[in-house]
Amino acid sequence: MLHIKCPHCGLRSQNEFSYGGDGTVKRPELNKEVPDKEWDTFVYLRKSPRGKHIELWHHISGCRQWIKVERDTATHEIFKTSKANEDI
Amino acid sequence: MSQEFRLDKIGLINRNKKISFKFNGKKYFGYEGDTLASALIANGVHLIGRSFKYHRPRGFFGAGVDEPYAIVQLYRNNETEPNVRATEQELFEGLEAKSVNCWPSVNFDIGAINNFLNKFFPAGFYYKTFMWPKSFWYKIYEPFIRKAAGFGVASTKHDNERYEHKYEYCDLLITGSGPSGLASAYSAAKNGARVILAEDKPRFGGSLLTSEVNIGNQNGKDWADKIIVELKEMPNVIVKNRAQVFGYYDHNMLVMSERLSDHLPKSKKYTPKQRLWYIRAKEVIISSGSIERPIVFGNNDTPGVVLASAAKEYLKVYGVLVGKKPLIFTNNDSAYETAIEFKKNNINPIILDTRENPDSELISEAKNMGIEIKFSHVVVAAKGYKKVNSAEIANISENKKDLGKIENITCDCICVSGFWTPTIHLTSQSGNKTKFNEEIDAFVPGKSKQNETTVGSANGIFSLEKTLTTAFEKGHEISKKLTNKDNKISVPKVSEKKFTQHDKFWCVPLPKEKNYKRFLDFQNDVSVADVELALREGYRSIEHVKRYTTLGMATDQGKTSNLNGLQLVSSIENKIVPSVGHTTFRPPFTPVSIGAIVGREIGKHSKPTRKSPMHSWHEKHNAVFVDAGIWLRPRYYKQGNEGLFEASKREAENVRKNVGVCDVTTLGKIDVKGPDAAEFLNRVYTNAWLKLPVGKARYGVMLREDGIVMDDGTTTRISEYHYHMTTTTAQAANVLSHLEYYLQIVWPELNVNVVSTTEQWAGAAIAGPKSRNLLQKLFPDTDVSKEGLPFMGYLESNLFGIPARIFRISFSGELAYEVNVESDNGNFMWEKIIEIGKEFAIQPYGTEALSTLRIEMGHVAGSELDGRTIPYDNGLDGLVSKKKDFIGKRSLNRKAFIAQDRQKVVGVVPLDKKTSIPEGSHLVKDANAKLPNPKLGHISASCWSVEYNNPFSLAILKDGKNMIGKKLFALCPVKNKSIPVEIVSSHYVDPKGERVRS
Repeated sequence: MLHIKCPHCGLRSQNEFSYGGDGTVKRPELNKEVPDKEWDTFVYLRKSPRGKHIELWHHISGCRQWIKVERDTATHEIFKTSKANEDI
Repeated sequence: MSQEFRLDKIGLINRNKKISFKFNGKKYFGYEGDTLASALIANGVHLIGRSFKYHRPRGFFGAGVDEPYAIVQLYRNNETEPNVRATEQELFEGLEAKSVNCWPSVNFDIGAINNFLNKFFPAGFYYKTFMWPKSFWYKIYEPFIRKAAGFGVASTKHDNERYEHKYEYCDLLITGSGPSGLASAYSAAKNGARVILAEDKPRFGGSLLTSEVNIGNQNGKDWADKIIVELKEMPNVIVKNRAQVFGYYDHNMLVMSERLSDHLPKSKKYTPKQRLWYIRAKEVIISSGSIERPIVFGNNDTPGVVLASAAKEYLKVYGVLVGKKPLIFTNNDSAYETAIEFKKNNINPIILDTRENPDSELISEAKNMGIEIKFSHVVVAAKGYKKVNSAEIANISENKKDLGKIENITCDCICVSGFWTPTIHLTSQSGNKTKFNEEIDAFVPGKSKQNETTVGSANGIFSLEKTLTTAFEKGHEISKKLTNKDNKISVPKVSEKKFTQHDKFWCVPLPKEKNYKRFLDFQNDVSVADVELALREGYRSIEHVKRYTTLGMATDQGKTSNLNGLQLVSSIENKIVPSVGHTTFRPPFTPVSIGAIVGREIGKHSKPTRKSPMHSWHEKHNAVFVDAGIWLRPRYYKQGNEGLFEASKREAENVRKNVGVCDVTTLGKIDVKGPDAAEFLNRVYTNAWLKLPVGKARYGVMLREDGIVMDDGTTTRISEYHYHMTTTTAQAANVLSHLEYYLQIVWPELNVNVVSTTEQWAGAAIAGPKSRNLLQKLFPDTDVSKEGLPFMGYLESNLFGIPARIFRISFSGELAYEVNVESDNGNFMWEKIIEIGKEFAIQPYGTEALSTLRIEMGHVAGSELDGRTIPYDNGLDGLVSKKKDFIGKRSLNRKAFIAQDRQKVVGVVPLDKKTSIPEGSHLVKDANAKLPNPKLGHISASCWSVEYNNPFSLAILKDGKNMIGKKLFALCPVKNKSIPVEIVSSHYVDPKGERVRS
């Protein structure tokens, strides 16, 4: 079980969190023309890298904050975590 | 009954307490402190089971976790447990055990014929023998193999034992209480670290229990006892016996199973049978020791062939002789200790040493005691069927290839030692890349990946002095890092006998014209010939060889066989062992019971149960409950002999005619607060929210980014910056996460906060033509008239002194209100509604009537908003704003979503107006078309319309809007039904929505 350092609460076990997918996805701005391809990429296309991955986790049984986690998908090593509004 | 093989004065058992037990129906006795294995051997029982494939007789091989043979079916306290290792099962009064894998009995086993048919059971025989005809596999081959193979039988009864889970944190977890574990625990604990010391066996001390060494001028065992007493008294130390750390997972999380009651006739009250510990350790010291490995020779699986270390353990711990004419077969010094112990107890062993002329303190001692030693000698084959009665021995040439003249020598057991294999399972599980140590012919830990250190013989160090020195040092070093303290314990003086170099010999060649079976893996009957065959057939990777031959599989996972298997593969392949590599060590190290893994999460504890504040009222009034997510909701209130159909019909009719009340506490409720709350809702919902005035509610639909409907509900503007959002019961948690995601990640600039208030409010829906009259009586001082509280209006009032919120919203399609009060007042509110409602003929209604009411009104709910539909499918077109952007809007103009023949919610009525249509039925044009019959849609929800007194269903139908008036068939192959139906509007009752506005 992973040990994730919530930037708000400190080190907590994985079972307090839920996984939120790729943390680098940017939602296209509201009220802007978005070409089909760009929208399709935003909604459906995700990379599944082996190695370093910046992802979102939701501290669902804790402070309920979404956080960013830089994790190695192969070794599960966690390099860094940050608040949602910080760059990781 | 006397115990023929029990000695009087040696051992750690309690001779004052006799324990009786049964094995295969026969009564025996042993002593407190015995294992089932030691007690059976004391009674001269060596035949304990039959082997997996050939049904050859099986005895005992080891004395602990490594045991491949002695697997029994255990009976305890009216329960049965399969595959229990007799070498680990402690004896308790009334224990019963039976042999496995034999029929009709262990003495006469029909399956033993396999031994003579072994040509049909080569490696991979599953894949070869049972291939044709193909159809035979399911009906004949597989059931036959399943019956013939395998070990014990799982109980089919409910397990009444209790299993618990526990989470623990520590500075340092130490696995194993041998000399290295004790030393590092003591040294770290004295330096202030929070230590957990886990020992798998009932007794602490590991090898110190059986070895003749001195530590600090005392016997090794006494030193261990003293350390344990001291550790147990320290507040920063947890010491656990009967506790196996079986898995090393990510981020230094280890899992340990503690067997609290398996050694007792039955579990004590308030004590679980087993407890699973999830331990997050800052550092781990692995002191799991090493396991003796066998030397491979002919018929080496005969009962009576045991590991030399096991023979010593039976003698020194249990006072039990594995035989009275022992033959010791070794390639190293450690088996001499076994021989010396025999000799000290007036038994004359003969030692066969594969080495030519070794010299050490221990060998000299054996010689001086007059023990007969034959150097350059090997056991060629064991003789005897159900027990060793003699052995063929021979001289072996210097190159270990040629055997001299074979002699027969009488013996009743063969104690074999092929040197020691470090137990690196946990180390390897942690991600540590192990390396091969040429000096000891075994793998040892390499570079640490997690915070783990391996010490003692698990690290390939077999000298006690070196072990203690490093263990004290590591304990201090690691604890200093964690506690910043520097109390150093001086290492006690050690006296031990030094060993000389072992011989790398591991397999006795076959004599000419003899075809003895030489087993590598004892649990799975994998012989040298099987592995040779696999390699001839082209298997190369050790992982493939393992799976093809089953070498190293099953309950012991090859603890005694893996290394010899690797030796064989590498010698045939002319490779060195490290380039063959070992198979992956995966958790668990030893089998863990399913009960321990599941813990308390069984039956109704498998998920939390949420109840509304009115739950006990519902119970008292004969509510029949239904699971709604994790909530329990009344499905209907039973009167007399009513069933679901009659009761729900009565309740729904009463809502249409008079007034009903429904517990809607379970609806998700979220407070949305902040100056940007309106803007936020405007982005979340598909319809417009910026102009909703204070004191008004609005129905809203929210989408996922892919355009699929996520949830619906009403949201009310309580004050300028405060909205009260409701969600469906099922989606409440997801919606909250969804909102938090957008507020925290996507639009952090919005000044809005959301929080769940589901549990803060109790809710009652009051529905029916008489609901306003009732409301007036409930809130006499509040104007709840049509003008005072119009449709979708909101008021705050008080219900006989308690604050209440009144929403004029309707799910039933009738004139209806929802009253919310703080949860603690829920029951008060409910009882007041029932009491005052009496004069209006109020009845409570459950979810079944609630569904009926919403279905015949054509209100979509979870069965239509099923994660596959968009707003247009659900007739919610009017709620999709054309002017503003919102979550998922961009997806709605996907080609498939705007297709002319897009699916749509419709109503379905059976032509005979009698036959109810099962939910899930397919709608088709032609009931008799060839399969697969093209599906046009499916029935999403069905009810008995109380308005028209006939069945009515909702369906999601392709090109639904053009299908009204068409006749189709509803097919339900599961219930063998084909029902002619007519498609009608989904708004079956009050299509203009006049009642809700009345």
